[in-house]
This record gives sequence, C-alpha cells and structure tokens, in this order.
Amino acid sequence: MAMAIKLSLILLLCLSSLLAPSFSLFEDQVGLMDWHQRYIGKVKHAVFHTQKAGRKRVLVSTEENVIASLDLRRGEIFWRHVLGPNDVVDKIDIALGKYVITLSSEGSILRAWNLPDGQMVWESFLSGSKYSKALLTVPSNLKVDLDSPIFVYSGGCLHAISSIDGEYLWKKDFAIESVDVHQLILSGGSDVVHAVGVTDSSQFDTYEIDVKNGGLLKHTSASFPGGVYGEILPVSGDRFVVLDASRSVVLLITVNNGATHLQQTHVSDLIHGSSENTVILPSKLSGIFSLRTDSCIVFVKVTDEGKLNVMEKVDKTVVVSDALALSEGEQAFALVQQGDSKIELSVRLVHDMSSNHLKETVKMDHERGFVHKIFINNYVRTDRSHGFRALIVMEDHSLLLLQQGEIVWTRDDGLASVIDVTTSELPVEKIGVSVAKVEHSLFEWLKGHMLKLKGTLMLATPDEVAAIQQIRLQSSQKNKMTRDHNGFRKLLILLTRAGKLYALHTGNGRVVWSTLLQSLRTTSQQQCAGLKLRQWQVPHHHALDNNPSVLVVGRCGLSLTSPSALSIVDAYTGKELQNLGPAEHSTVQVITLPFRDSTEQQLHLLIDADKRAHLYPTTPEAASIFQRESENVYWYSVESEAGILRGYGVKKTHSSEYSFEARNLWSIVFPAESEKIIATVTRKPNEVVHTQAKVIADEDVMYKYISKNMVFVATVSPKASGPIGSATPDESVLVVYLIDTVTGRILHRMTHLGSQGPVHAVLSENWVVYHYFNLRAHRYEMSVIEIYDQSRAENKDVLKLIVGKHNLTTPVSSYSRPEVTTKSQSYFFTHSVKAISVSSTAKGITSKHLLIGTIGDQVLALDKRFVDPRRSLNPTQAEKEEGLLPLTDALPIIPQSYVTHAFKVEGLRGIETIPAKLESTSLVFAYGVDLFYTRIAPSKTYDSLTEDFNYALLLLTIVALVIAIFVTWVLSERKDLQDKWR
Amino acid sequence: MEKGKGVMGSRKWAVEFTDNSSTPSTRDIPDPPGFTRVPHDQDDSTLSRQKKDAEANWKSQKAWEVAQAPFKNLMMMGFMMWMAGSTVHLFSIGITFSALWQPLSALQGVGKVFAPYKDSKVDLLAPKLLFIALNLGGMLLGVWKLNALGLLPTHASDWVSSLPPAREVEYSGGGIALH
Repeated sequence: MAMAIKLSLILLLCLSSLLAPSFSLFEDQVGLMDWHQRYIGKVKHAVFHTQKAGRKRVLVSTEENVIASLDLRRGEIFWRHVLGPNDVVDKIDIALGKYVITLSSEGSILRAWNLPDGQMVWESFLSGSKYSKALLTVPSNLKVDLDSPIFVYSGGCLHAISSIDGEYLWKKDFAIESVDVHQLILSGGSDVVHAVGVTDSSQFDTYEIDVKNGGLLKHTSASFPGGVYGEILPVSGDRFVVLDASRSVVLLITVNNGATHLQQTHVSDLIHGSSENTVILPSKLSGIFSLRTDSCIVFVKVTDEGKLNVMEKVDKTVVVSDALALSEGEQAFALVQQGDSKIELSVRLVHDMSSNHLKETVKMDHERGFVHKIFINNYVRTDRSHGFRALIVMEDHSLLLLQQGEIVWTRDDGLASVIDVTTSELPVEKIGVSVAKVEHSLFEWLKGHMLKLKGTLMLATPDEVAAIQQIRLQSSQKNKMTRDHNGFRKLLILLTRAGKLYALHTGNGRVVWSTLLQSLRTTSQQQCAGLKLRQWQVPHHHALDNNPSVLVVGRCGLSLTSPSALSIVDAYTGKELQNLGPAEHSTVQVITLPFRDSTEQQLHLLIDADKRAHLYPTTPEAASIFQRESENVYWYSVESEAGILRGYGVKKTHSSEYSFEARNLWSIVFPAESEKIIATVTRKPNEVVHTQAKVIADEDVMYKYISKNMVFVATVSPKASGPIGSATPDESVLVVYLIDTVTGRILHRMTHLGSQGPVHAVLSENWVVYHYFNLRAHRYEMSVIEIYDQSRAENKDVLKLIVGKHNLTTPVSSYSRPEVTTKSQSYFFTHSVKAISVSSTAKGITSKHLLIGTIGDQVLALDKRFVDPRRSLNPTQAEKEEGLLPLTDALPIIPQSYVTHAFKVEGLRGIETIPAKLESTSLVFAYGVDLFYTRIAPSKTYDSLTEDFNYALLLLTIVALVIAIFVTWVLSERKDLQDKWR
Repeated sequence: MEKGKGVMGSRKWAVEFTDNSSTPSTRDIPDPPGFTRVPHDQDDSTLSRQKKDAEANWKSQKAWEVAQAPFKNLMMMGFMMWMAGSTVHLFSIGITFSALWQPLSALQGVGKVFAPYKDSKVDLLAPKLLFIALNLGGMLLGVWKLNALGLLPTHASDWVSSLPPAREVEYSGGGIALH
C-alpha cells in the first residue's frame, strides 16, 4: 500500500515536471501562437525624402491619422505615430531637411518630428478665431534672422512659426476682413508671402505680407458677382484659375502691378460635349491646369497672353499626380491610366506635354480596383537622366511602389480599417496522404523532437537552439490549410472600409484570399460602404459538400434610407457567389435568426428604415420556416437621438412572402431632459452557456437568469454627455438598465450619481461589466451586475432533482415575468478603456476572462473572479474554498496578464473572441490600425499538453522503463533458479 | 523387491507386535482364564471427545479473533483518515478508496476467511455476523470520509450543474441603426 502511494507520487512528480504549466508567456514563446501586423491605412499625402545618400524614405499621412516613415526599398515602417481619432492630419511636409512637420486637428496643432527616428521635436498649438481650411507652407530656402519660418494658415489667421523650436514669430488675423484664404504662395527669393483668398465668395483678394514681421505690404482685390466654386489654383506667379459658382465658367485671374484682371472662359468652349460636375484638379503645374468633368480630364495651358489652350484630353479615370520639380527648373507629373488587369503609368514633362517622357505598363491585380492617388519621385540614373518611381494608392487602400515597370513592394493597408470580423472553418483534411509524405513528416517530427530533447538536456549547441526556435515558430502544422483537431486553424474574414473582404489564416496571419466586392464599389454616382459581415452558410451535417459562405451587407448612399447591397461570398475561395445588390430596400439592422434551412443557410431578417422586415434567403423553405416561428420572433430598435427604445413583433401580411410589416409592441421613452442613451450592449448571439446554476459556498445553488433577449442600456444626463470635465458631479448622473427586449420589461435599473461616460460594457451569461468615470472620486470605475432568477430558487430538493421533478429544463418565456434579483459591486480601475470583450469557449465550461482594450492600445486579460459582486472584505472559510477573493477597492492590473505582451494594437477599435474546439482555449483577435491575434486559456490548458511538451522525453522514459522491466525480470528469474539449487 | 518376495515366501514364524487385545474376534486363540477382557473403548472415546472439544474451542476462539480483526483495521483506518485531512488530494483519495475497497473485498471472501474454522460443533454465525458488521462499519467510515471530502452527490448543486440551461421560447434581435 505504502509502496503503491510512493510510486504514484513519483509518477505524479514526473508528470507534473513534464507538463510544466505556465501562467504568462516566456520570451521564446512570443510568436508561437500569436501574430501582430502593423498597418498605416489609406495614404492621403506622401512626401519623399531621397535627396541624400543613405536610407531613402517616404513620409506619409493617412486617413487613419497615422504619420509614418516608410522604407522606399521594401515598404517597411521605419517609424510610425498614430494620432488620436479626432486629430486628423491636414498637411505634412519636411522642414530643414531633418524635421517632419505635420499640421493636424483642422490646423490647430503643428508638430515637428525628427526625421530619422520619429521623436517629437516640438509642438505648437495655434489658436484661431473661426473655422477655416488649414494650409501649410514650408519654404525650402528662406532665412529670416537665422531662422526658417513655417507659414500656417488656420482658424482665419496666418501664423509664422520657427521651424527650429516651434516658437511663434508673428500672427496676422484675416478674420476681421472675413477673407477665406485659399493659397499661400512664396515666390522664390523674395521676402513676401502672398495670401490668395476669397471674401464672401464674390471678391478675390491678394495680400502681400512681409515674412519678417507679418506686416501687410499690399492688398488688391477684384470682385466677380458670379461667385466661386472650390479652390483658387495658382497657375503661375501672378495668374490664378477658379471655377465660378455655376461650375460652367473658368475664371482666369491675373494680378499685375496691383491691378487684378479677370477673364472668363466657358468650360463648354474648352470641352466640347457634356461638362457636368466640373472641378479643377489641385495639381500645381506651372502654366497648366487640369479640369475634370464627368466625361474626361483636360489639360489647359495658359499662355503668356492669357489665352487658354486645350493641350490634351484624357479619360476621366486617369489619375494625375502633383508636379515634381526636376533639377533644371523643369516640372514633371505622372498620369495613370487604368486598363484591364494592368495600369499604364506615364510621366510627362510640363514643357513638353506632347510626348511621354516615360511610359510603363504594370500588371495589376484587378482585386485592387482603381488607382486613387499617385505620388511621384525622381532619381538620377547613372547616365544622368531622370528615373521615376511612383507611389500609388489603390481603391482597396493598398499602397504600391512602382519603379522601372515593376511593382517593388505592396502594402495591404486596407487592413487598417476593419469594420467587421467573422470566422470560417477550414476544409476537412482529405484522407489518403502518400506514404512518402507521411514518412517524411515522421522523420521531420522525430528530428524535431530529438533536437528538443537535446535542448531539454542542455546538450544543444547555439546553432541547434536557434534551429529549435525556428522549428517552433515556423511549424508547418499551424499554417496548414485544413481543419485541425483543436480548432486553432481558422479563417478570419475581415470586411474593410474600402469594401474589400480579406481572409486571414490564424496560423500566421497571411492573407489567403482577398476580394474587392463589386456590390460595394464606390462609383461616381453613389458612395457605397460595407456595414456588417455575417456567417451565411456553415455546413455541419447536411451540406458538407458546400463551402461555407458569408453574407456582406452594405449600403449604397449616405443616408439611412439608401438602398442596401447584399452579397454572398464563398469563404474558401473568396468568389462572390451571389450579388443581391442594390436591393430595393434599405437596411438599418441585420438580425441573424437562430433558424437554418436544409442547406444549413442561416435565416436573416433585414430591417429597413420604414420598419419593415425582409427575410433572407428568399426561398420558399425559408419562408415556411419563418412562418412557423414568426410568432416568437421579435426585434427592437434603439433611437439614441430621441431616447426611445421600441419593441416590435412581426405582423403577418399577404402582400409579399419575404417582407413583413412590424407591429409596435412596447416602447420605453427616456426623459429627454435627464437621460440620453450613450451605450447599448447585448450578449453575443453565439455564446454558449454550460450551466444555469452557480454553486456558491456550502454547495448552495443560485440560478442564473440567462436570457439572450436582454439589453444593457446606459444613459447619462444630457449635460454630462460631453467629455469628462464638462459637467460638475452634481449635474451628471449615469443610469444603467437591464431590459428584456421581448416584453420591454425593465429587469433592473441602477443610478450612479456623479458619474458619466464614456461607458464601455460587456454582457455575457447573466452578468454585465461596465466601465465609466466617477467624477467625485476622479477615477474610472468598473461595475458588475449579476442577475439571478428567483423563480427557480426553490429547486433545491435533492430527491426531486434526482427523479427529475423540477422546472429547470422547461422552456421559458419572457411573458412569464420571472422574478429576478441582482447583485452588484463597483471597483476603481486605473485605465481608461477603448473596448471590452470577454473570452468565449466552445462549451462555456471554462472560466471567463475580461479582455480590456486599454488606452495604451494593449489588451489586458482580467479574471472575471475579480469582478464578482459576492466579494466581501472578510470571506468566510467556505467562501475562500469556493475561490472568492477578498474585496479590494481597485482592480489589480497584473503586468503579465497583458495578452498583447510587448506589442501595441495601435488605434484599437475592437476585440473579437472566437471559441476553439478545445474547451480550454479561446482565440482572440484585436483590430485597429494594427491587427493582433493570439490564443488564451483562462483556466490554463487543462485539456491538452502544452506546445513544448517533450514527446521524445516521454518516449525515452517509456522505453527505458520497458528495458528496466525486462532486465529486472531476467535478473529475478536467474535469482529464483539459484535459490532452487541451493 | 525380488529378494523381499523370496524372504516373505520362506517365512517360518512371525511375531505380531500390535496389540490386538481389543479385537478378540480376529484371533482364534481364546483368552487365558482369569483374564477378563475389559474394553478400552470407553476411555478412548472420552479422550478423543476431549480432544475434539479442545479443537472446537480453539476453532471458535480463533473464529472470534478473526471476526474481531477488522476492528483493529478500522481503528488504523480511522487514524489514517484523520491524518489525511479533509481536502481532496492523492493521499486522501487513496486512503478513502482503500477504506472502501478493503471491507468490500473482505466481505466477498467471508466464506474463505472462516473456512479453516468450519466445524459441525462450532457456531460460526455469530463471528461471521460480527465480521460483516465490522467490515460494514469500515465501509461506512469510508463513505463518511467520501462525503466529508465532498465527493458524494448529496447536494442540489451536484444535480443541477449538469442540466442544460432552459430553452427560450422567444427570440429577439436588433439594436442601434447601422451607420
């Protein structure tokens, strides 16, 4: 007996040493199951920095408010800064050859960054009196008292700012003259800044301002009664062009010795044919301007006599770059012509428009769409001729560098603007792999494990250690295109703002396929955008031959009533299977119903702006399923502006089989003078709950109120709906509600006095955790509400439970009005929060972790046990055994529990959790400007061996044991024989 | 063997050392006069009876001893259980299960244990009953320990946790208008 115990103890010790469970990550485990991708977003503006020898780079500002320095050779990011969501970058330039100057927040913040490493050098806040367009001019060779000023026009003022330290030099206010400045022009060599603007859109003004002190030197003006449309564009030093208000006349303005001369030319004279929606393109070419209409683009030369000559007419899809100054006072610009699966890049010199200086044809993936922007840069070849490289921005927001007719590098920066995420399983592995392959993989497997064994026994050389790490990181297992046993390999399907769908492999984050959805492409007639991405068909049992597919819901137009675009995309290939758009109805809500038809297609209800429900798929089978279940289908709408929640049921109509009228069942009107809806949260529809009972101390049971039809609503007093600090604690009240969305019953209501938003919340199982700001304590707080079903609380008789006499599994209806009780508690939390999510597992058995996207763009995992409302200061022995933690006033932030470890998910917007097949594990995908993916195991991987489990050691141990058994058996036999002879 | 046979065959006389006094019928020679053959039967039977009695006594004593043996075991088990504590771990589980298993295996072999003391004169029922009772006591101790460890499904929570959450009749979706 004692022997047996000893043996088993030794065995247990061996096993536990083999398993070696770890809570946090070791340094060499980074990249084993996580990946991180850095993006910048759609490039708005690019400035090349290639003059000096050394690293050639391009500085870009993007629509995601990112400024970045990219390597021109490979497209990698040297450095990058993500400005806040409200800090929109207006202009970017280089000053003194060493500083990157950015103007942001509508021209109110000017910053200088060190060019090589991206450190901020100085920052200036510019105050203005009114809103105006922001202009930035960085003179290249202007010296004023050993200083090079930067001229910024913003907020109705012209500022001169020192480029060395960001100090104010002078300021000239234009607000008094109510002039709207369109251009700042510095003629080379002179000490005068020309500000060109328009007053009341009917008077043209030029100001000459002394660069030294901001004194007004000269002011000329000329009025034109027609008014102007758009920007004034300089053509040469003293000539400007602008469109009149009707967009049919081009005004040529000549400023000559204080006199302003206007000359009108009809657009129809320049372009013979239709001239709708005429605009002047803002490419600053000397002596030339370009006009774009609905049909074409024309280049017009302004002669010295002031005559307009049409030089060339090109197709309207042609994209024109800004002018690039070449060495000998020459200017070049680039044109891109879109062809079928190729683009034609041509570079022209301004003085010689007739012929192409350079013409290249580049093959282009048609999934990238049209060219949206082009920036060119030149380099001097060995034969002293000019070579050109072009940076082009495509319709899918990707960035490409073209040089010598080749694509040097591409960046898929559309992934910086993910709108919605869903997942798809990979195909099942085909049985019947060749023997050679198996042998090879077996050999590789053995070799890998022998190496690992060497590593464990500390016999490996440094080279072998590196090889081990390489094997671990590039395990072919994790990147296979087939389903795995644990459900770690999946496809992440991402819908981006550009209307492109990407499928990323969870193994290493590579793009498996990408599709620019035809139904969501923005055309000149309408602007389309994706809204939602849902799983459409998930083959399980019946339709295993079919590939899974996803539904993309978009909208063509800007208003809520615009028609919607629907398309169904194959999740394995990215082919658009069905294009249902533009549908004749609008879409304001997408509801995934919990019903499937015989081909495993999920039924969806699309609610339009007129509160009609449209059923998809439009098949008779789906209609009959829906007819059967329609009595129990409800939906609700949250009208945050009006402060009303409305609940609807489906009314049977005979007009159409697939569209249904709504009948209003209930509404909750929040008093507009005291409450304003700021946040609503529901449970994830695919969340699985394992049990309805919560076992508390002394084996007692509490029954959770588990309802999918519960919505959490947070309201604040209207005064406190602004940023923190805009209201006093007495004025701001935060009220939270738990509302049943079938009956409109308010299950729970709680008031937090002296608190305000922003509220971030997560609702799961029977609890909600929300984050807000407490104005009295001057700290962020997190509160938890757990809701329990009181009507089931009597089910405590063991005998009755054994024989099955209980009402715990009978279906529940919201109309039965179950009695509920709640428990809640609040804690301080140090960080402000960008997003909250919760881990989700396949069966819902594993304990939960809250995933908190912090203000530092990291994801923090917080055990749900910390936000348990039953925590008390002195827990009893039984409560301690249950695992209840003693109450503390603040939630701890354990540095090891950052799931993003050393990385930052810049511009974090959302955290998605996907259950793996392995119950202990949950897949986490965080997205913002960056993408980050990892696996978490909230209760550790109790159901599997860890990645670094040493099978070779186990095998070796078993072999050694078998040998030992054999040897001892032989020995004992021999001894027995000897005993018998004695 | 051959030799022996030859010797046997050429036998002239033989002396019988065995005392055949009690069985005169086997001899042709009559008893000498004055010799009254007193049968020894009486004495012999009392002697063997006494012997048998002693044996039976001893057997029943032994049987009682065997029957009481589990008591010692019980005490030891109790001590070990006390030592093992009330938390679930390898040691306490091992002891509890051995406490359950030992009486069970003992009860299965009740017949075998008492087989050597089987005698028509010995009443084995009482020791057997004691033995069974003590083993049952040991088993009860094991069950009690199991309960103390919280491994018996005696609470509502043990039966409820495996029940799936109730299905909801209604389904509702929606939210803020997408934009």
